[in-house]
Amino acid sequence: MSKSVLIYSTPSCPFCVRVKQFLKENNIPFTDYDVGSNEDKADEMIKKSGQMGVPVIDIEGEIIVGFDKEQIKKSLGI
Amino acid sequence: MYDLIIIGAGPAGITAAVYAARKKINTLVITKDIGGQAAWSGDIENYTGYQFITGPDLAAKFEEHLKQYGLELKESQEVTRVFKEDALIQVEVKSGRFTAKAVIVASGKFSRKLGVPGENEFKNRGLTYCATCDGPLFAGKDVAVIGGGNSALDAALSLERICHHVYIVNNTEELGGDLIMRQKVLAGTSITIFNKARVLEILPSLTCKDKSDPRCKMLGGIKISLGSEEKIIDLSGVFVEIGLTPNADLVPEVKKNKRGEIIINNYNETSIEGIFAAGDVTDVPEKQIVIAAGEGAKAALSVFKYLMRKN
Repeated sequence: MSKSVLIYSTPSCPFCVRVKQFLKENNIPFTDYDVGSNEDKADEMIKKSGQMGVPVIDIEGEIIVGFDKEQIKKSLGI
Repeated sequence: MYDLIIIGAGPAGITAAVYAARKKINTLVITKDIGGQAAWSGDIENYTGYQFITGPDLAAKFEEHLKQYGLELKESQEVTRVFKEDALIQVEVKSGRFTAKAVIVASGKFSRKLGVPGENEFKNRGLTYCATCDGPLFAGKDVAVIGGGNSALDAALSLERICHHVYIVNNTEELGGDLIMRQKVLAGTSITIFNKARVLEILPSLTCKDKSDPRCKMLGGIKISLGSEEKIIDLSGVFVEIGLTPNADLVPEVKKNKRGEIIINNYNETSIEGIFAAGDVTDVPEKQIVIAAGEGAKAALSVFKYLMRKN
């Protein structure tokens, strides 16, 4: 059973694109929220991470800010 | 011990790594991320072989090319110091140290900071160095762009489309950048320009009552100086666009120019034998992806010859 992965991103941010590319390459399914157009999700992201920088990755409640590949790998066990 | 350690994996570092791998040099690459500033670029239309590619896609291509050679790669690692000791080059990271016969410093540039109170506290809490990334989060809000060059004008124009009001805080007599951009900014109906203005402080939100609400930890305004006056502007976002600075502090002993760039010769040698440098961190005249890549190749070939002479 794969872990639930949520991505909070904006369409224009290069590292949001990279993090999604990385997950796709590793066949990890994820849900992507555009926090530029979805204010509720922007609030949720700020509540979870305490900050406004994107991308924010939520892996079963573990919050990772930015495209920190090593941390993402560790938390997904890949 | 390695023959070569490459610091950085932007266009210069990756190209150096590809050349080093093909020369069978025993190489370690240490880097914070892959792609460097190229990964942050929007659309790239001047890299040979690609009529059009986005920054993230080019960074992915770079990574693919690098990994094909199976070089040793340490990602998400920050180099704190590079120095020479007993004819070898020492590379310190937070959790240890690596040794090599030669090093290529290809650590690039990063966004220049304002250096004012509140800047670190509110980084990613309303203050950002990437308008392209974080701009959409400030839709309908009042924001300030700090700077007056092309990148500041570009940020102001894209923010004007989505924000309620955009203030430009520029410390020179008038805006710089290209004429066509200046004209667009001057024509903007929801842009206010403060020239000869300096940011003094990033201020917390004063209206926020509920301290447990994470939004209360975000910034609430800026204090600027306008001639002899001081002015407080209430706003939600601050976009710092005051240019780039070379990431060269990690090699304190090498000679640098007045911009802080590492001085190199035609062979990418620095003032310390065994330490080479390539790309945007150096005094190479133009900062372009294709130039950084070429410089990386040149540095790796120089290291190859250097190692041949030493062995």
